[in-house]
Amino acid sequence: MLLKRKLFDKISGAWMVTTLVTILLLPLIIGVGLYFKASPLFEHQSLLTLIGTSEWLPHEGKFGFWPFIASSLYVTLLAFLLSAPVCLLAAIYLTEFSSSRLIKIMHPVIDILAGLPSVIYGVWGILVIVPFVSDVLAPVLNIKSSGYTILAGGIVLAVMCIPYILNMIIEVFRTVPIGMKEASLSLGATEWESVKHVVVKKSYPGIISAFGLGIAKAFGETMAVMMVVGNMVQAKFNPFEAGYPLPALIANNYGEMLSIPMYDSALMFAALLLLVIILVINMVFRYFIYKTRER
Amino acid sequence: MNKAKIIEEKVFRYLSGFATFSLIAMLAFIIVIIFVKGFNSLSLEMVFKTPKGGYYYGGEGGVLNAIIGSLYIALGATIISILIGMPAALYINVHLVRKKRTQNTIRYLLDALWGIPSIVYGAFGFTLMLYLGLNASLLAGIITVALLITPIVVRTFDEVLNTIPKGLHEAGLALGSTKSEMAFKIMFKQGFSGFITAVLLAFGRGIGDAASVLFTAGYTDLIPVNLDEPAATLPLAIFFQLGSPIPEVRERAFAAAAILTIIILVISISARAISKQFSKTNIK
Repeated sequence: MLLKRKLFDKISGAWMVTTLVTILLLPLIIGVGLYFKASPLFEHQSLLTLIGTSEWLPHEGKFGFWPFIASSLYVTLLAFLLSAPVCLLAAIYLTEFSSSRLIKIMHPVIDILAGLPSVIYGVWGILVIVPFVSDVLAPVLNIKSSGYTILAGGIVLAVMCIPYILNMIIEVFRTVPIGMKEASLSLGATEWESVKHVVVKKSYPGIISAFGLGIAKAFGETMAVMMVVGNMVQAKFNPFEAGYPLPALIANNYGEMLSIPMYDSALMFAALLLLVIILVINMVFRYFIYKTRER
Repeated sequence: MNKAKIIEEKVFRYLSGFATFSLIAMLAFIIVIIFVKGFNSLSLEMVFKTPKGGYYYGGEGGVLNAIIGSLYIALGATIISILIGMPAALYINVHLVRKKRTQNTIRYLLDALWGIPSIVYGAFGFTLMLYLGLNASLLAGIITVALLITPIVVRTFDEVLNTIPKGLHEAGLALGSTKSEMAFKIMFKQGFSGFITAVLLAFGRGIGDAASVLFTAGYTDLIPVNLDEPAATLPLAIFFQLGSPIPEVRERAFAAAAILTIIILVISISARAISKQFSKTNIK
């Protein structure tokens, strides 16, 4: 009996360790796998020309990733600028001002917003944001635009990122000791002043980290952005022009990937690039969050 | 008190309140738009029939192939992710309970892993598929989605296990249980509500994710019977039909979007209800 229990303990313990180690090694395995597929590209062109040039002619074997990287950065930046203030204000309201009933309502709202698939956001973007950009925003500014633009991508992406960033900022605010705010209130500061000078200031690193992680998420988002961003290879810095972010490049061209030489390596390189950028951002800002939590 | 202070206070109170309520409005806006557009062409035929000949030119049929395909992939992936993710989460909270530093490092890595976008998993799944000599199939889709959702299962389950009081551990060990008995008979039971939440969350992600199955699951008008057959998925059905120039087909994409939204809402709401139900019997 005891032997049987001990044996079970040994076996299940071994299984548990195996699974955990496998999961933790996953990023490494993915990275090595993608590098392996992308490596023929490196014999051909140097890393710097790959990232820095903007000539995209797969048939001639010329792969310049700059237009895609620029589009990605641009869409992400727009999404960040649009979502950051909303997240910060909503987090302040939910942790400092709101009634507990509202919080109870907001929890499922945030969860559902976070859980909606990106295709749904894409459909919504096509139905609402694209016509809004082409029929309302563009005429006001006297521009002609199809609506399938970097701006539309940025707006849709902003909505997608809000629940994600908001959740993290709320968590950060909750770690600020309530006594600190009370001390500030008792010294005669108004509620908003205590929020501004104590709560926000105290959780500054956490807020920055939440924003950073939001940016990383926005950077890798594929379907929703791809559906509204227009997908044209050009490095123009006008939000009313179409763009072509990195994830959309991968998703759009998988069909012809195997018919053109080196094309599959190029797409796998794009995936590797995404993985490395996002993993680095994630690790840096998660580190900040863990540091603030330990204190 | 000076006036500027009071005005600033008021302004920011209203501004932040506005930001909060705008989120509720945003969710309502998205869901209403999807439903209004989708219910126009949503019919029983959409839900219960596979595409017939000429479907993509506006002919008869529905998206049953995609609904079933998505359910198969999400279900298979969830089962794999439970087999891998559940023991890993238990290990962190039972075997490593006294090693705070290791625990934190592992959580840190898991969080970073959670951030990897699904398109990268899709690309990796594709390389893995070629390496193993598979075709675009149900099996390849399941493996890729399983990789994507396992970190979610581990981290969500772990979050709940972490809140279980240490006294329960000590009581279990004092009564002479082994570590795995401790894990499966005490911790798993106590954290069961969190387990259900984690599984349903992962299942929802599995159904809704498109970028990861784009390369790996393929697309077909038939309902897959074997693991080596390609499988259609609901998000891809929406995406492909939206690309069509024919208005009827585009309308159907909206209907399919409404179906997907309903599935996700049902999963999300039942996750809340079920986890509440199961946490009732916990030892406080």
